[in-house]
Amino acid sequence: MGVIVAENHVEVNADLCKSCRVCVETCPKHCLEIGSGINALGYQAVRFDSEECTACGMCFYVCPEPGVLTVIKGADK
Amino acid sequence: MVKHTKPKGFYDEFLRKAPEGGPAAGTTHYCPGCGHGTVHKLIAEAIEDMNIGDRTIFLSPVGCSVFAYYYMDAGNIQCAHGRAPAVGTGVIRTRDDAIVISYQGDGDLAAIGTAEIVHAANRGENMAVFFVNNAIYGMTGGQLAPTSLLGQTTATTPFGRLQEREGGPIHMAEVIDALDGPVFVERTTLSNAAGVMKTRKAVRQALSNQVERRGFSFVEILSPCPVGWKMTPVQSRVWMKEEMEKNFEVKKFRDRDHVTRSSGRMNLMDDDALLELLLPAEGKEAVSTAKLEEELRVKICGFGGQGVLSAGTLLANAAIVDGLEATWLPSYGPEMRGGTANASVVISSLPVGSPVIARPTALLAMNGPSLDSFEDDVVSGGLIIVNSSLVKQKVKRDDVKVIYAPVSAMASEAGFIKGANIVMLALYLLNAEAPSLDGLKSVIPRLIKKKELVDVNLKLIDRAEEFNKG
Amino acid sequence: MSKILIKGNSAIVRGALLGGATHFFGYPITPASEIAHSAAELFTKSGRTFLQAESETSAINMIYGSSAAGARVMTATSGPGLSLMLEGVSYLAGCELPSVIVDVQRAGPGLGNIWPEQSDYNTCCKGGGHGAFKNIVLAPASGQEMTDFAYKAFDLADEWRMTVILLSDAYIGQMMEPVGFPEEAKHGARKDYAVYGDAESRGNLVSSIIMNQQGLAELNAKLQAKYRRAEEELVDWEEQQTDDAEYLLAAFGITSRIASTAVRMLRADGIKAGLFRPKTLWPFPSGRLAELAGQVKAMGVAELNDGMMADDVDLAVAGTVPVHRFNWFGGYVPSAEELVAQVKEAYNG
Repeated sequence: MGVIVAENHVEVNADLCKSCRVCVETCPKHCLEIGSGINALGYQAVRFDSEECTACGMCFYVCPEPGVLTVIKGADK
Repeated sequence: MVKHTKPKGFYDEFLRKAPEGGPAAGTTHYCPGCGHGTVHKLIAEAIEDMNIGDRTIFLSPVGCSVFAYYYMDAGNIQCAHGRAPAVGTGVIRTRDDAIVISYQGDGDLAAIGTAEIVHAANRGENMAVFFVNNAIYGMTGGQLAPTSLLGQTTATTPFGRLQEREGGPIHMAEVIDALDGPVFVERTTLSNAAGVMKTRKAVRQALSNQVERRGFSFVEILSPCPVGWKMTPVQSRVWMKEEMEKNFEVKKFRDRDHVTRSSGRMNLMDDDALLELLLPAEGKEAVSTAKLEEELRVKICGFGGQGVLSAGTLLANAAIVDGLEATWLPSYGPEMRGGTANASVVISSLPVGSPVIARPTALLAMNGPSLDSFEDDVVSGGLIIVNSSLVKQKVKRDDVKVIYAPVSAMASEAGFIKGANIVMLALYLLNAEAPSLDGLKSVIPRLIKKKELVDVNLKLIDRAEEFNKG
Repeated sequence: MSKILIKGNSAIVRGALLGGATHFFGYPITPASEIAHSAAELFTKSGRTFLQAESETSAINMIYGSSAAGARVMTATSGPGLSLMLEGVSYLAGCELPSVIVDVQRAGPGLGNIWPEQSDYNTCCKGGGHGAFKNIVLAPASGQEMTDFAYKAFDLADEWRMTVILLSDAYIGQMMEPVGFPEEAKHGARKDYAVYGDAESRGNLVSSIIMNQQGLAELNAKLQAKYRRAEEELVDWEEQQTDDAEYLLAAFGITSRIASTAVRMLRADGIKAGLFRPKTLWPFPSGRLAELAGQVKAMGVAELNDGMMADDVDLAVAGTVPVHRFNWFGGYVPSAEELVAQVKEAYNG
């Protein structure tokens, strides 16, 4: 009865996102999408919603902003 | 486990951008989808991973990335438009251990700064240059860049870039690759994730070249400018793939064998060695104490090659040895090379005022044109010595002392035609109030560069003495 | 002190090295090239740095980088090269980076010729580049002063965080005179604003871009306050026979040498002349000139330009005495006899 402590996932600092969608288009597993809320800068920020994430980091590298995305690699299943 | 997060090569908060903090201190000033932020991130990550933040000096250019220093946690210098490679040259020549990063856009590097980048590359300066090519001027409002594509519409090419009018896009990686200096030249693209990862590798290679002091590295990065191109960020990446990369070949041009490069600098002298290098040797204090009531103004004239300028320096040196003040002023420039030349030497017991001679007290004429030019200027009661080997005319004045001496023939007979100036100078000293002939004899061994010529010069002085006795 | 006969252009390099200069970046130009020749030999041999740049534009930006990295750094040029450097001089001023520039003036405008003029006066003394800034401008009048001013220029530049210009000319540079050298080598200290590529200086930023108006206004106010202080503290000049002078000749550089002889000749002819020679052209010794204006009957300013320093003399004396202008151009340098004749004509009418 193992409990998965952490899945692969992407943490989004939504207030820093400029909604360029480049990460959304880049993610091979389609884990990211543009949300509906408006952030502090007036953009609709990206949000992470998937269990398919492989923590490949592509979203992190293509994102032009330094601090929006943090990629977490989960424990081995 | 955190696998990727904001690298430590960035400041935690961008307080130079937004002193008040908050979200504005967490984001860049770049437009949504701009490539600059991605390149910044790749560099900041490499700085953290290589642990070179303390050593890094980051050069911000003029253009959209003028504020790169908002973000990069390093020693920062903001540079004038296009000049970063020259600034970086100054930095790396001053701090051997620094990691110098020059970050430049296409207007900065490929238009206004072409001379600076080409020559820094050619010298192989120890620096990494990241050239962000987005084919347009972003900051100033979407004008033509040297790298804009043919047909591309910009604010200053409203009908599209035309080969016949603006010329075609300049390919800087190829230009840099044509030089011997660089060790590493690559062009990469940010149009897709694979391109970004190749760019990441190139950035790390360029910086590792710096850590190993291997020389000049150049990475041209094709980068999107969605706002300038009037596209969405996603469209802009498609355009890069379909248009830009067809024109700018994405490839590694050069990755030379890795050899550490020395600074080429000689050993640093300490103060004692520096003083020994710069100060005159001991024992050259003036010994004699000649006194002059009136200053002497001597004009020595002749063809270029007759040694009139060096005769002047010998005369001035002889004066100093005799404890007198002196100035030596040459006529110089094109006329030195084949035309007539003259030296003006003023000698005085007091500090010399004007070194410009309008009324010489003595004229030493090595050739005819000199006598023609200056005979009338000599003061009444002055002295004119004429090189009668070359000058056939006689002095017209009757209020000056005149000596006709075949100084060229005398030098030639002694087997050293170039010594005519010494004979002339010695004759002058034998007939002048000062300096002394001994003064001249004492400076010759020091000032004649070819040591084998010292004796013949001294011998010529003896001949001048014999001639003067008549 | 032992002296050697040496060109002003060579003397300056020795003075600079003894004054603590560690870096020289330059581009050859007549009549300043001997400075590059001497620097190439002596900076290199002493383990300092000499580099011939691809242009004066690059040279001044190498200076900018080297100064930002903490060095005592210099260049030498002449008018056409100075024009190219002005962009960088403005950036140096905006960042308050110290530097030393030798301008061996030639005749202009344009390519002009290689003989002396003093027509870079306004360019150097009024700032020169874009923005409201000043340079400290020293005017050597002899080979000895080429050495002495170069020796102290780096201390001045560091202390005031300004560009120091040695405003020489083709004759002062090309002329040989006996020169003695200081017998102690100086060194620059670490600068808290420079970037050294180390942990201590990692937080530093050398920059002249300040986007908010108030911040840039504050920088300008700070610069102007510094310049007012320099006007109080830095003015320097020499006087010859001014005690009883009724006619004051003012001149700098090569013309001051000619004027010195002219003063002697005028006195021999019964005119009580004196010489006022600014050693600092900026700040300009206006105060002392104003005092002398209360003593003399007239002044004359001799210079190889269209009266650039005479404008400053006019400002200083504010119309209290007539100021005659004696000007030459094109590389022509007058003799003392010619200056005397012009003074007599202007003074005696």
